[in-house]
Amino acid sequence: MHRHQGRAVGYNWNWGIFWEQSPEGNGTYLDMLVQGLGTTLLTAALAWIIALVVGSAVGVLRTLPGRTAPLLASAWIELFRNMPLLVQLFLWYFVFPDLLPTPWAIWLKQLPNASFVTAVIGIGFFMSARVAVQISSGIEALPLGQRAAATALGLTSAQTYRYVLLPMAFRIILPPLTSELLNTIKNTSVALTIGLAELTARARAVQEFSFQVFEAFTAATLAYLAINLIATLAARWLESRVRVPGYGKA
Amino acid sequence: MSNFDFEIIGRSLGYLFFEGMRFTLTLTFLAAIGGVILGTGLAIIRLSGGRVLSAVAAGYVNLVRALPLVLVIFWFYFLVPYLGQWLTGSSRPIHVGGFASALITFIVFEAAYFSEIMRAGIASIPRGQAAAGLALGLTPLQSMRYVILPQVFRIMLPVLLTQTIVLFQDTSLVYVLSITDFLGAASKIAQRDGRLVEMYSFAALVYFIVSFAASRGVQRLRALIAVPR
Repeated sequence: MHRHQGRAVGYNWNWGIFWEQSPEGNGTYLDMLVQGLGTTLLTAALAWIIALVVGSAVGVLRTLPGRTAPLLASAWIELFRNMPLLVQLFLWYFVFPDLLPTPWAIWLKQLPNASFVTAVIGIGFFMSARVAVQISSGIEALPLGQRAAATALGLTSAQTYRYVLLPMAFRIILPPLTSELLNTIKNTSVALTIGLAELTARARAVQEFSFQVFEAFTAATLAYLAINLIATLAARWLESRVRVPGYGKA
Repeated sequence: MSNFDFEIIGRSLGYLFFEGMRFTLTLTFLAAIGGVILGTGLAIIRLSGGRVLSAVAAGYVNLVRALPLVLVIFWFYFLVPYLGQWLTGSSRPIHVGGFASALITFIVFEAAYFSEIMRAGIASIPRGQAAAGLALGLTPLQSMRYVILPQVFRIMLPVLLTQTIVLFQDTSLVYVLSITDFLGAASKIAQRDGRLVEMYSFAALVYFIVSFAASRGVQRLRALIAVPR
């Protein structure tokens, strides 16, 4: 690689590989990677929606008065936080269908895009536990007086959350939520183990077809860096857009 | 579901734990130690190295944290033989075993995350302490070694341990290299005997029990060593 001494067997670089036709017969190697990137982004986007919706609900439950709701929320969080994502995907993919009535299981197993559906649900629920922790700590970070003031104004519990607590909590936790979004995008790569053709899987396929491993991985690395940069800038823009004037930044 | 075969689990316990779990725990333990040492080094360089060095350390940490672990595992799996060739001056890429490759990957990957923890810890120590160390005649490194770091490790111990639990779960990803860690062992039996449901459920249960117990332990530790303010 670095020193070219005599007959040393080194690595043969070929950056032109991306413009060569792939043996899959429907485009270049670059096209393979671009399709992989698309799958990564689509899977992550849908999983993120699940994570946000379910995570917000669980996070709110965790802050409700009484014992049952917080206990259920904690159980959800502990369940999804204490198993590796890879194992959770295997549970959804291999074990979950067997728990269903047979016709459902057959239907599920025969879905043409079973690995995509599994990845969206598995990663979505996995991330929902992390989002829930952020939401509930965001709500708990608010001064107690806010809840009391809302009650004094005659708002119901639901209204208090909808109009007072959640709008502020979401703003407080925007930075950690951004990194959870980035984690969601990175975590889609774990789904290559159940056959999802996302970016890392496609880079791996380029390597297997062409043996140009380092070019393929460099391209994937640059794509992940670009995603990271764009998401970080977008989050910063969003933070400044939704900032409440006069509310001190922590 | 009706024919859940508990016996297959019983028969493979030895293989699962003495082969698989031993690999997983060894990898977790060594990668955590290596990662904390390398991560602490990176944090110190970032906070007190020269401009160029700290920019390099920051770039490294941000690069690694932007990448999925699976991709990093593949990177090192293919890169390490060439790095070895380059380091030893050998004429062809050297052969590196699965364990060594995985260990190098996890140390290098986790170091980026441990470095952020240590950086936050070092920054949380009042600046006067470093100054006091210097005033006593300690060199900056001595002041770091004898004044700052002992406190940082104590404050950050729960966070470091929590990250180690994450690391424990992350090691399951060596599955992509067909290595026999705990999940790999379960998967091999699952596929050999067509018992996916049993083996993956059992693997999930074991990961859950270990991680849950460990994080409960960390919570107790946190309460135990909390400094009353």
